[in-house]
Amino acid sequence: MIKAVMMMNTQGKPRLAKFYDFLPVEKQQELIRGVFSVLSSRPENVSNFLEIDSLFGPDSRLVYKHYATLYFVLVFDGSENELAMLDLIQVLVETLDKCFSNVCELDIVFNYSKMHTVLDEIVFGGQVLETRSDEIMKAVEEISKLEAASNSISLVPKSVSGWRGGR
Amino acid sequence: MEQLKTIGRELAMGSQGGFGQSKEFLDLVKSIGEARSKAEEDRIVLSEIDILKRKLLEPDIPKRKMKEYIIRLVYIEMLGHDASFGYIHAVKMTHDDNLLLKRTGYLAVTLFLNEDHDLIILIVNTIQKDLRSDNYLVVCAALNAICRLINEETIPAVLPQVVDLLNHHKEAVRKKAIMALHRFHRKSPSSVSHLISNFRKRLCDNDPGVMGATLCPLFDLITEDVASYKDLVSSFVSILKQVTERRLPKSYDYHQMPAPFIQIKLLKIMALLGSGDKSASEIMYMVLGDLFRKCDSSTNIGNAILYECIRSISCIIPSPKLLEAAADAISKFLKSDSHNLKYMGIDGLGRLIKISPDIAEQHQLAVIDCLEDPDDTLKRKTFELLYKMTKSSNVEVIVDRMIDYMISINDNHYKTEIASRCVELAEQFAPSNQWFIQVIMNKVFEHAGDLVNIKVAHNLMRLIAEGFGEDDDDADSKLRLSAVESYLQIMSEPKLPSLFLQVISWVLGEYGTADGKYSASYISGKLCDVADAYSSDETVKGYAVSALMKIYAFEIASGRKVDVLPECQSLIEELLASHSTDLQQRAYELQALLALDARAVESILPLDASCEDIEVDKDLSFLNGYIQQAIESGAQPYISERERSGMLETTDYHSQDHHEVPSHALRFEAYERPKPSSLRTQASTELVPVPEPSYYSEAHQPISTSSVSERESSEIKLRLDGVKQKWGRPSYQSSTSASSTPPQAANGTSSHPDVGVGSSSLKPRSSYESKKPEIDPEKQRLAASLFGGSSSSRSDRKSSSGGHKPAKGTASKPPKENPIPVQPPPDLLDFGEPTATSVTATDPFKELEGLMDSSSQDGGSTDVMGVLYSDAAPVTTTTSVDSLLSELSDSSKGNPGTYQSQTSKGPNSQEALEKDALVRQMGVNPTSQNPTLFKDLLG
Repeated sequence: MIKAVMMMNTQGKPRLAKFYDFLPVEKQQELIRGVFSVLSSRPENVSNFLEIDSLFGPDSRLVYKHYATLYFVLVFDGSENELAMLDLIQVLVETLDKCFSNVCELDIVFNYSKMHTVLDEIVFGGQVLETRSDEIMKAVEEISKLEAASNSISLVPKSVSGWRGGR
Repeated sequence: MEQLKTIGRELAMGSQGGFGQSKEFLDLVKSIGEARSKAEEDRIVLSEIDILKRKLLEPDIPKRKMKEYIIRLVYIEMLGHDASFGYIHAVKMTHDDNLLLKRTGYLAVTLFLNEDHDLIILIVNTIQKDLRSDNYLVVCAALNAICRLINEETIPAVLPQVVDLLNHHKEAVRKKAIMALHRFHRKSPSSVSHLISNFRKRLCDNDPGVMGATLCPLFDLITEDVASYKDLVSSFVSILKQVTERRLPKSYDYHQMPAPFIQIKLLKIMALLGSGDKSASEIMYMVLGDLFRKCDSSTNIGNAILYECIRSISCIIPSPKLLEAAADAISKFLKSDSHNLKYMGIDGLGRLIKISPDIAEQHQLAVIDCLEDPDDTLKRKTFELLYKMTKSSNVEVIVDRMIDYMISINDNHYKTEIASRCVELAEQFAPSNQWFIQVIMNKVFEHAGDLVNIKVAHNLMRLIAEGFGEDDDDADSKLRLSAVESYLQIMSEPKLPSLFLQVISWVLGEYGTADGKYSASYISGKLCDVADAYSSDETVKGYAVSALMKIYAFEIASGRKVDVLPECQSLIEELLASHSTDLQQRAYELQALLALDARAVESILPLDASCEDIEVDKDLSFLNGYIQQAIESGAQPYISERERSGMLETTDYHSQDHHEVPSHALRFEAYERPKPSSLRTQASTELVPVPEPSYYSEAHQPISTSSVSERESSEIKLRLDGVKQKWGRPSYQSSTSASSTPPQAANGTSSHPDVGVGSSSLKPRSSYESKKPEIDPEKQRLAASLFGGSSSSRSDRKSSSGGHKPAKGTASKPPKENPIPVQPPPDLLDFGEPTATSVTATDPFKELEGLMDSSSQDGGSTDVMGVLYSDAAPVTTTTSVDSLLSELSDSSKGNPGTYQSQTSKGPNSQEALEKDALVRQMGVNPTSQNPTLFKDLLG
């Protein structure tokens, strides 16, 4: 099972954090900080895997990938395959890239809810739900569209320009 | 000017399609991005919280505004601040009819609340309603929320709807309903136990995606109960077969692999089902063999499947052919330049080694390279492998390596783990007690003393006390002397861990003067130094005082005159007035003991009697006479606390017992004991008036001395009943068996799964040792000692491990002797490549490229993403938009124009540059010079 998905920038600022079991805010922060301090001390040319029992309890592994200013991190237990998780990050990034075209750190910050929408299509309750980025895109677009429709009908007309990135 | 800039930025954002948030939110993100310190960030967030608190109180907030506030709350909470003041607004938002707002509400609620939060009750009704919605997107949103918000009590409220959704016409809904049901099963298996047949049913779903989703719950179910799913073996195998034969729609391909995630799940399930089941395993041989042939090892996902095959093979009962294929795959992994693959290779090796122990030997040099790799993850994995393949012949080398590594790291968690592994291996395989004490225990204690389990210390003391467990008194005393000598030496080092000092004190007390080499005053002086230097550590002081007592007792008993050193005297005096009752009592006991005559002392503290069993009279029957007497003279009979409080029928026996033990020790023993000697009365009367909180924390300490006779108090550490049960027996036995004579040591290994390694490794060894002259001889020696023969005698091994000197060869086994000059057999040629030693010299980005399966090699392009997607992206997006349009023709007419402008926008470097400029403006400081921030993603 996947325990957490995190994105943080190279300065340790969390950009997105989702824990699939509830954790209090302080604990979340502690984990994010812990993960960042481990990641930032990793040399560049090494594996993308970490055994991270010290933070997440026994049998926890972590897979991360470093893109430009961002770390993408997946934390999971022994029932997942490390290499496959690495590809799951790849799926996520490819999808985001399709969503935002040349996704960058700011896209992630400002489109917080859309990020979650994408993530929810990929990982559902800690299990891998979908890995075809076209399908994910389709689902996300469908939601955006419907939301846009409901938005333009029921909300202030001025918001038309506002929904696009947000949803 | 500043204003102009701001306007410019907003314009820039507007022209880009914007980030869809208000200026306030942008400013918030920006100022946090620019914050120079955590304190500054906190200040910004706190003022934001104030603003939000105020705004949320305003009446009639427009919904769109409200949505933004909620998002800001989520953002604040992600930064680690409490946003609970706004939870209720998020909850309210889930009730909204507007999908956008509803989804925002659900999102916020799933991030804010745990399943037991009070507000959940306000949402359950909404979820129920939404699950019945006609709009499948609403249903999906509700299913998503269910996963996080429903607890055991609320499961029944939504369960019927979720079960209905298993037959929904949309596959996306069916998939999510299965996952939700799976989640329920995880939370409370009993609540859905009558529904698990649904998972089986869904396995036959028309949609492969739904079938794939079903594998997740089935995996869990099969993990719990393999037997009831044996009938599905052939179904799983045939599904896997169909997947590998590309019978699934092309859209399930990922990097040219057909549905890899489904394949991996299936392989995992097969590993469970085939474990220990010959007939089930046989069904799987075919498809596994096919997979090895078909898997594309040039992509990351292909390797993921290969690894999963290896894993499955190590779990089922494999055929020799499959084992061979797995070994081949592992050697490919190990030879790869990618650290990830090496890691998987080492992991696979660790799994396969259980089945075919000799497999490790072909890879010994690769393993050693991994051991010396700068990558910590890889190193640790390799230590795990070594741990699995430890046997008595290589334990010294492996443990040495582990200790070296342990000393070099700062990570306490891992230090603890590796220390306990060292101890475990040492206890199991130690070639001699001498080695065990000198090398392992002392080193481990010195460097990780505060991290190891206290029972390890007790094992060590017991080992020293019991010696070889045979009639070899001479060897025993030699062992003890060497322990004493090494400890006297180590003691002078500053800052030793407390636990280690306890062991040292105990050993010095028991055996410091035992063979007459050291005088009592020398040892007692040392002990006083310890008590002095670590005066804040009461446990150590207690041990030191007890040790002093033993030293003096032995002196008195042997008829010598005792000169109490002045520093000793002052230590005793200081402790007589100590705040710790434990230390006080010890000091009084010591003082009293000094006044006794030799015969009495000898019966109190007999020499070297720490191993003798002492029976503790738990019922305190020796008090019967006294009680009888007291009752006769009119005292009330004792009524237990339980009876007194009327809880006689209590169900919780365990906790009762648990509670009673400590109170026992406190209450009776100090007050009601008969008084056999004047010494004891003194002690106990002193004890009473000074209640100490630390008393309890030291429960393992011999504080209860007053309850038992003086004679026992000296051996208390190994005596107490409860203590013995807690620390003792299992490890105690293992240490004795390991520590005994060589034939018994061999016995100890036979319980280990790797026992076959030793014998079978003998033959092939000479062949690989002889391999290639160009490999560092040092490394070769290490390899030889790690993977080498097992049956060499102890002295032989000693010399081999002692600094890895070539002296090894002089010993008894001719084939081992001269590893280098033998000519290399042809089949091992590839192994001798010097690349094996120069792994780290590879291009850092190679790995990424390999993972990406990208055809683009053009690192100089300004927009690689563009190159990759320029042909594909617009096409697919527009088609999907079209299909969406047709599907949603009723509602989506609202505003497709703007939407399309976004999707068809496509990547261009101009835009990327703008974005980058914005990023910089916003203070995010990209580290890369690359305008397209994701360029290195694609190499």
